[in-house]
Amino acid sequence: MKRRSLFLNITAGFGFLFLYAPIIALIIYSFNKSKLVTVWGGWSLKWYSELFNNEQIINAALLSLKIAFISATLAVVLGTMAGFVLSRFGPFRGKMILSGWITAPLVMPEVITGLSLLLLFVAMEGMFGWPAGRGTGTIIIAHTTFCMAYVAVIVQARLSSMDETLEEAAMDLGAKPSSLFFLVTLPLIAPAIISGWLLSFTLSLDDLVIASFVSGPGNSTLPMVIFSKVRLGVTPEVNALATIMIAIVAIGVIAAMYQMRRQARMLAKPQ
Amino acid sequence: MTSSQPINLQQAASADTAKVPSWKQNSDEPFLRIENITKKFGEFTAVDNISLDIYKNELFCLLGGSGSGKSTLLRMLAGFEAPTSGRILIDGIDMAGIQPWKRPVNMMFQSYALFPHLSVADNVAFGLKREGVGRSETKQRVEKMLDMVQLGHLGKRKPHQLSGGQRQRVALARALIKRPKLLLLDEPLGALDKKLREETQFELINIQEELGVTFVVVTHDQEEAMTLSTRIGVMNHGVIVQTDEPHDVYEYPNSRFVAEFIGSVNLFEGEVIEDEPDTVRIKSEEAGATLYINHGISCAPNQIVHVALRPEKIKISHEKPEQDENCIHGVIEEIAYMGSLSVFKVRLASGKEVRVTQPNFNRHMGERFTWDDKVFLSWDVDSSVVLTS
Repeated sequence: MKRRSLFLNITAGFGFLFLYAPIIALIIYSFNKSKLVTVWGGWSLKWYSELFNNEQIINAALLSLKIAFISATLAVVLGTMAGFVLSRFGPFRGKMILSGWITAPLVMPEVITGLSLLLLFVAMEGMFGWPAGRGTGTIIIAHTTFCMAYVAVIVQARLSSMDETLEEAAMDLGAKPSSLFFLVTLPLIAPAIISGWLLSFTLSLDDLVIASFVSGPGNSTLPMVIFSKVRLGVTPEVNALATIMIAIVAIGVIAAMYQMRRQARMLAKPQ
Repeated sequence: MTSSQPINLQQAASADTAKVPSWKQNSDEPFLRIENITKKFGEFTAVDNISLDIYKNELFCLLGGSGSGKSTLLRMLAGFEAPTSGRILIDGIDMAGIQPWKRPVNMMFQSYALFPHLSVADNVAFGLKREGVGRSETKQRVEKMLDMVQLGHLGKRKPHQLSGGQRQRVALARALIKRPKLLLLDEPLGALDKKLREETQFELINIQEELGVTFVVVTHDQEEAMTLSTRIGVMNHGVIVQTDEPHDVYEYPNSRFVAEFIGSVNLFEGEVIEDEPDTVRIKSEEAGATLYINHGISCAPNQIVHVALRPEKIKISHEKPEQDENCIHGVIEEIAYMGSLSVFKVRLASGKEVRVTQPNFNRHMGERFTWDDKVFLSWDVDSSVVLTS
């Protein structure tokens, strides 16, 4: 290993500090015994047990997990289809528009996405009476919409790096196009699909802004509950909750990265 | 030429069967018949009206540079491309409209295209499973096939855990397991290093003879084509320029393209001054002499032709040889010692450079040649070929 210069070490250290110091502080304070958030009063798991007795938070957490699970699953199905169309159909009418539409949610400010979805839902309700009111259903639709963009991008990248002669080889060996997808293509892009699912799951779990726009009364997701609690003053309970969420999100992101790395190794060209 | 040995072997083999060429022994009916095949991609004609007959158990090589249309032709045989016009018949059956998964043809891809998510054994079993072959028979046939390509012990590995040579053999096993009537091989040895390639060439021939499958090989490597094939079809710009046995393609090229594409050659431009049934004399300014060939050609009098002469057919000496015909002289400009042989580049008075190769018979060469030596170059009357196109 080459010896790194002092400058690089300092830069790296500063970067890590900048990124992780707030998170580490939060984690440490979640084990604080004191009732005051800013005063250290010794180690304790008190706030974790308080947290699990708080029905409002537990319900919100369960709702968030449910929404994340359903919208990640829907996003994977739709996103994979979109990724397929983009990488395999060659040039077709409207390809530019489709790929623009796919990537737009990635860069669009969440406020705008949320607002436009809200307007759409309200208009649709006025016109066809569906969706009747806003609640879990509309949050799922909204989350699916922006998550599928991420899935489509990941799947498209995998498909275009995949050797297309693999599919020809399968056909040559007697696989009909209908079974080809499940025998060869799907197993090869499976890691991309799994990482897309995990990413969607964490994105949905994280989302506050869009959910705030499209949710209805009595359908507060976990980030919404935390946010409203914080407005009334931060309690150490929220620190405990945040720590748990960081753990879940970190596991999701690490698992997604592991999947991508594993696939990259498998698909790597010889030599 | 490094490829001369296998050619001799093949000649010896075909000598037993008298006049019938070895590649036609099995039947008179062609097994694969390509009739006036043309393939256009937009304005570009990749394959231009090719007709070709390939017989059972042949190992036919399509040899050509990149863009010569050889791969397109192969892909049409496999069914991945539909011909713009013309017909392909395999064993008498027209392949038009028959999808790749229904053809009695398997292909070994240049990239090998092994399924990375499946083990070696599952890769080989893939074709059988699609056919609905039973579990125990599949297992048995896969084991037998893997043993044949000497990979019996690696069935459980994944492709990315194998070396290049091992992958090549998995690809071959996978393509052969369905016992195709016709096996298509796209640059089968292209990704292997030189030593491995030489070993694998002979292995491939053995397997082909053992299984009695007709092989069509696409390659840009003339050495590979020479060693492997019963016949070679030399392709250029979408047409087959010459179809012959390796020996004939090398010794009797029918055009300057073939002569230059296969091996190295010296070409002398000249004018026909005498054209008898068994004698041709060509006056060549480039050679600085009149060249004499003991076979007739069909050409117009005073036509400008090229005389092709292989570097290894030329004798090099300090003393003037006894023969007067086919003897020219020049100065050694470059020498390359290559172990088994030496290459000399001799500059003639006309400025023409002639390439001469001499085998190094013994360690202490009788006659030493060095730079700037004045030397005589001579060859036999039947060593050169007249090319009219």
